[in-house]
Amino acid sequence: MSDNSLRLVWIYPDLLSTYGDQGNALVVERRARQRGLDVQRLDVRSDQQIPTSGDIYLIGGGEDRPQRLAAERLIRDGGLSRAVSNGAIVFSVCAGYQILGHEFINDLGEQQQGLGLLDVVSTRGEAERCVGDVLADIDPRLGLPPLTGFENHQGVTHLGQTARPFAKVRFGKGNGVGDGYEGAWNDTVFGTYMHGPVMARNPHIADLLIKLALDVNALPPADDRWYEALRQERIAAATQPA
Amino acid sequence: MAGNTEPLSPRAKLAVTAGKAAAAVSRAAGRGSGSVIGGRVALKLDPDLLARLARHLDVILVSATNGKTTTTRLIAEALRAGGPVVSNALGANMPAGITSALAGGSDAKFGVIEVDEKYLAGVARDVTPKAIALLNLSRDQLDRAAETRMLAEHWREGLSGSKALIIANADDPLIVWAASSSANVVWVAAGQEWKDDAWSCPSCGGVMQRPGDDWFCGECGFRRPTPSWALSGDYVLDPHGSAWPIKLQLPGRANKANAATSAAVAAAFGVPPQVALERMYSVQAVAGRYDVVTFMERELRLLLAKNPAGWLETFSLIDPPPTPVIMSVNARGADGTDTSWLWDVDYTRLAGHPLFVLGDRKLDLAVRLEVAGLDFEVCESLDDAVRMAPPGRIEIIANYTAFQDLRRRVGN
Repeated sequence: MSDNSLRLVWIYPDLLSTYGDQGNALVVERRARQRGLDVQRLDVRSDQQIPTSGDIYLIGGGEDRPQRLAAERLIRDGGLSRAVSNGAIVFSVCAGYQILGHEFINDLGEQQQGLGLLDVVSTRGEAERCVGDVLADIDPRLGLPPLTGFENHQGVTHLGQTARPFAKVRFGKGNGVGDGYEGAWNDTVFGTYMHGPVMARNPHIADLLIKLALDVNALPPADDRWYEALRQERIAAATQPA
Repeated sequence: MAGNTEPLSPRAKLAVTAGKAAAAVSRAAGRGSGSVIGGRVALKLDPDLLARLARHLDVILVSATNGKTTTTRLIAEALRAGGPVVSNALGANMPAGITSALAGGSDAKFGVIEVDEKYLAGVARDVTPKAIALLNLSRDQLDRAAETRMLAEHWREGLSGSKALIIANADDPLIVWAASSSANVVWVAAGQEWKDDAWSCPSCGGVMQRPGDDWFCGECGFRRPTPSWALSGDYVLDPHGSAWPIKLQLPGRANKANAATSAAVAAAFGVPPQVALERMYSVQAVAGRYDVVTFMERELRLLLAKNPAGWLETFSLIDPPPTPVIMSVNARGADGTDTSWLWDVDYTRLAGHPLFVLGDRKLDLAVRLEVAGLDFEVCESLDDAVRMAPPGRIEIIANYTAFQDLRRRVGN
């Protein structure tokens, strides 16, 4: 992070941009600009090198085959792992979340190696696909209001020793293990199953990433009127599923 | 091929009659046109009915993510130059709706049938079509639909043994992947504005290169086939190099593309482009879409857009600013219950238009527009939005059930 500029990297839109998760990049960018930051957004296609100098990296959800290809290319590239060891922040969703773990089940039904940036392992759920609105309480250490999102996944994610659950589900499935946890995080790496996109429904997560990148405790207020209205509506929807 | 050489069996006749009775009951009960329930009853009585009804027809199937209802209508109009046509013109595009539509056309020569993407391979097996038109494939209702590339794969497998002539869009890599397992393909350069579902090669997963209008995979050599028909601005170019003007009443580039594909289909059945296109000009609105209505003493144009590719094509056809735009979004079963797709639509294209937002999911759209940096008003009803809109014709863009709600409100 240099001066007033924030480098925001959107990883592999050609492979992992199927479920509107590009919205996360749009929300982070918008809220950073509203706080007077100069945002450089870099969309990196899977035939391009991942820059190691980014402040915040975002990865979205995608279909099964693109997920396999993305994991192969990210491991071959190595840039994201180097960026994380330099302290970069990563926020990942669904297929992207699984890729950041040690391994997941790919479209060929095989175990595939992930980046190991989160201490999690994903398998394929035997139960029905998890689809619908979710309401969860985020790890109190992060100091954020409740999480609302839309989940749509077959995968089940088990947390290891060094991964903390990102949230505890009140309504919905989350990681799908049955322990009620949703997502995972360690110091600067986050993973969630929530779409929506998740930042549109939880702009405070975008603010958290910006604060971590700036190494500050607070940001000037932003106009949250529409986000708040949407949050209230979706939280009500999650607690009263149709 | 056409003509009633093989009359319906008594069982099939009974099924058709029972289906018509069920449809009449459904209509009388005010539960819609009755075409789906009628077809369901008929199919239950005779599961082979669809195949049997189709045997007497030259069947043309039409499938795509977007434009299938309109294209079905355009092809039907064009082929009427060659004989009577039966068609599921109202968009009931699953087997029951298709059965019901075919049961209503015992004297027809052609059956022009819109088919839901998920049912294409199965219907193509049942009805032995003469031709299949494939327009485009893109993300749609991700909470329940098959993944887009899987759908292309499913089509590819389903169509590989088909003897039908495939008329397919050369500009959509997923369509080309789906169609290129077939022996007889007529490629139409129909264009594709939405490209975000085809950056990854459907064959090998390599990254697609897209210089200008061309495309190819940098790794495996899968590439755009040479088209024999093409949409070029306001003209359709036929295989002989003749350019035919397209003067549709329907607006927009996407409908010109639909007309170009329809002309190629018509030509395969002996209807020349000029005759086919002139017949298409009579189409004003398709199942209420593109209709201009008067409501609260204002002119409203009703536009349906169900997914990111559809919204993108719609933005390119609306009148320029300061034309007011009302948008309505729902997320009921028929729409898909996930609204994430709103974030794949580039709403900054609406800058300069006064914007009004309504529908069940108006707050999702409000956040989307706020993040796009646009000014907008959130409204409780269509009446409110129309009242607030500055003078001039109003463009209304809505997704599936929101569109139905609006049509009911304006009495259309």
